[in-house]
Amino acid sequence: MKKYLIAAMICLFAASAFAAPLDSFKGQKGKIDIAGGTAHIPVMREAAKRIMSANPDIRITVAGGGSGVGVKQVGEGLVEIGNTGRPLKKDEIEKYGLVSFPFAIDGVAVVVNPANGVKELSFEQLIDIYAGKITNWKEVGGADGEINVYGREDGSGTREVFTDKAIKKGSVSAKTNVVNSNGAMKTAVAKDPRAIGYVGIGHIDSSVKAPLLAGMTATQENAANGSYTIVRDLFMNTKGEPQGLTALFVDYIYTPEGAQIIRDSGYIPLPRKK
Amino acid sequence: MRNDRKRPLWLSVSALYVTALLATVFAFIIFCAVEGLFMSGPTLFTSTWAPEEQRFGILPMIAATAALSLSALALGWIVALGCLCHIHGFGGKISASLLSSLLRIMTATPTVVYGFASVFLLVPLIRGALGGSGFSWLTATLALALLITPTMVLAMEGAVTQVAEGSRLTAASLGFSRSEHFVFVVLPASGRWLRAAALLGFGRAAGDTMIPTMLAGNAVQYPLSPLDAIRTLTAHIGLVLSSDVGGTAYYSLFVAGGLLLALSVGANLLFRSVRRRGKL
Repeated sequence: MKKYLIAAMICLFAASAFAAPLDSFKGQKGKIDIAGGTAHIPVMREAAKRIMSANPDIRITVAGGGSGVGVKQVGEGLVEIGNTGRPLKKDEIEKYGLVSFPFAIDGVAVVVNPANGVKELSFEQLIDIYAGKITNWKEVGGADGEINVYGREDGSGTREVFTDKAIKKGSVSAKTNVVNSNGAMKTAVAKDPRAIGYVGIGHIDSSVKAPLLAGMTATQENAANGSYTIVRDLFMNTKGEPQGLTALFVDYIYTPEGAQIIRDSGYIPLPRKK
Repeated sequence: MRNDRKRPLWLSVSALYVTALLATVFAFIIFCAVEGLFMSGPTLFTSTWAPEEQRFGILPMIAATAALSLSALALGWIVALGCLCHIHGFGGKISASLLSSLLRIMTATPTVVYGFASVFLLVPLIRGALGGSGFSWLTATLALALLITPTMVLAMEGAVTQVAEGSRLTAASLGFSRSEHFVFVVLPASGRWLRAAALLGFGRAAGDTMIPTMLAGNAVQYPLSPLDAIRTLTAHIGLVLSSDVGGTAYYSLFVAGGLLLALSVGANLLFRSVRRRGKL
C-alpha cells in the first residue's frame, strides 16, 4: 500500500513539475492577438496551443503578415504582440513606444550532400552558384558534375535570412528547384549527391553536410556567440511594457518549456535581457 | 412512390446548403481574382515571378499546368486503355480480376503516398539515368499518369461492361472470340466513353497539387525539356499560400485559382455533354 502511495505521489509531483510554467495562467481570462513575422509562427502557435489547452478561458490568435505588418499592428494597438524578424528601427520605437523582446536566434546553414567533397565555399562562390553563373561542382573544387540548386518558396523566413546575409541580396536563377519546408529541403539534399541548399541550423543532422562558409562553421554555439553570421534574432514587440496576460505570455516564452518549443521549431532560444 | 412526391425537408436543406457553400466559394474566388487582376495588372501575364520587384507573371505556371496535365493524360490514357483491354478481352480471368481490384484500391490511395514514394524511388532513378536534379516535368508526369489511370479505367469500364453484356450473345453467335468481340464491337461502340474518361483524367491531372509540388521541382520557367523543373498553378498556390505573403502576390493567387476553376468547370461541362451524347 505504501509503495503505491509513494508511486502516486511521485506521479503527482512529476505532473505538477511538468505543468509548472503554465500555472501562471490559472484563473486568467482574456484574449491575446499576435501578428507579424512568419518565422515566429511555429513557436507562437505551439505556445498558444499549450496555454489554451491548460486554460480554455484564454483565447490566443496567431497571424502572419511579415515584420512590417507586425510593427504596424502592434503600434496601432490592433494586436498585443507584433513579431519582427529584425530589430526595430529607431523611428518605429519612437513613433509607437514599442518594447522589444529578442527570444530566439534563427541561423541558416548552406548544406550539401554528405558524399560531396567540397569542404568550404566563399561568399562569392555561393552568390555565383545561386545566380547560375557557376554550374559545375568542378569549378568550386568538387567532383565533375552539374550543380543542382535548391531554394525555398517566397515569403519563407529561412529564404529571407539566406538572401540577405549569405548571398547578399544577390539574384536567384529561375532554374532553382523550390521546396516548401526545411524538412523537404533536407530530404532533397540528402538524396541528391550534386545538390546545394540551405536549412535552419536546428535542422542539420547526419543526412546533410554543412561546408565551411567563408571560414565559418554553422553550429548552434557559433550562431549564439556571433562567430557565425548568417543569423538574425527573432523579436516579440509590445506597445509599452507588457501588462496582464501579454506579460504572462512573454514570460512563458522565456521559461525552459518555452525554450524547448523554440528548439523544437528549429531555432536557438535566447535568455531574457535584463 | 410517396418519397418521390414529397421530399423530406432535410434533403432540400442539405442540397441548398451544399449549393450555397459552392456558390460562396465560386463568388469568393471570382471576386478576389478580379481584385488580383486590378492590383497586379499588366505584370500578371508575363514570364517573371518576382514579388519583391512587384512582378507577378504567371504565364510559365500556366504553361507548366497545361504541359504536365496533357503529358500525364497522354501517358495515363494509353495505359488505362491497355488495362481495359487486359481486363475485358486479352487477359486471363484471374489476372483480369486481380488487376481490376488493384485499380480499385489505387483510386483510394492518397496522392501524398505516390508523391512520397516517388521522392525516394523515382527521383533518384531519373537523376541517375538522365541527369538533372530528378525533380522534373518527366518525373511528375510518370507519377501523375499513375494517379489518374485507375480513375479513367473505372470510368471506361462502366460503359464497356454495359456494351459488352448487350452484344455478347450476338457476337458469340457470329463466331467472335472474346477478344475479337472486344476489339471490333465493344471498343468502337464505346468511343465516346473513352473520350469522356480522358476529360475526367485531365481534370484530375490539372487539379492535383501534391504530385507537382513534391516532384516537379517548382522552378518558375517554361517547360522546354522533360528534365526541366516546372511549377504548376496548383503548386504555385500551395507554395505561396503556405508562407502567407499578403498583399498583391496573395491576390494574384486568386487569378491562378480562377483560371484553374475555369479549366475544371470547362472540362466538366465538356465531360457532361460528351456523356449525354453517349447515351443511345
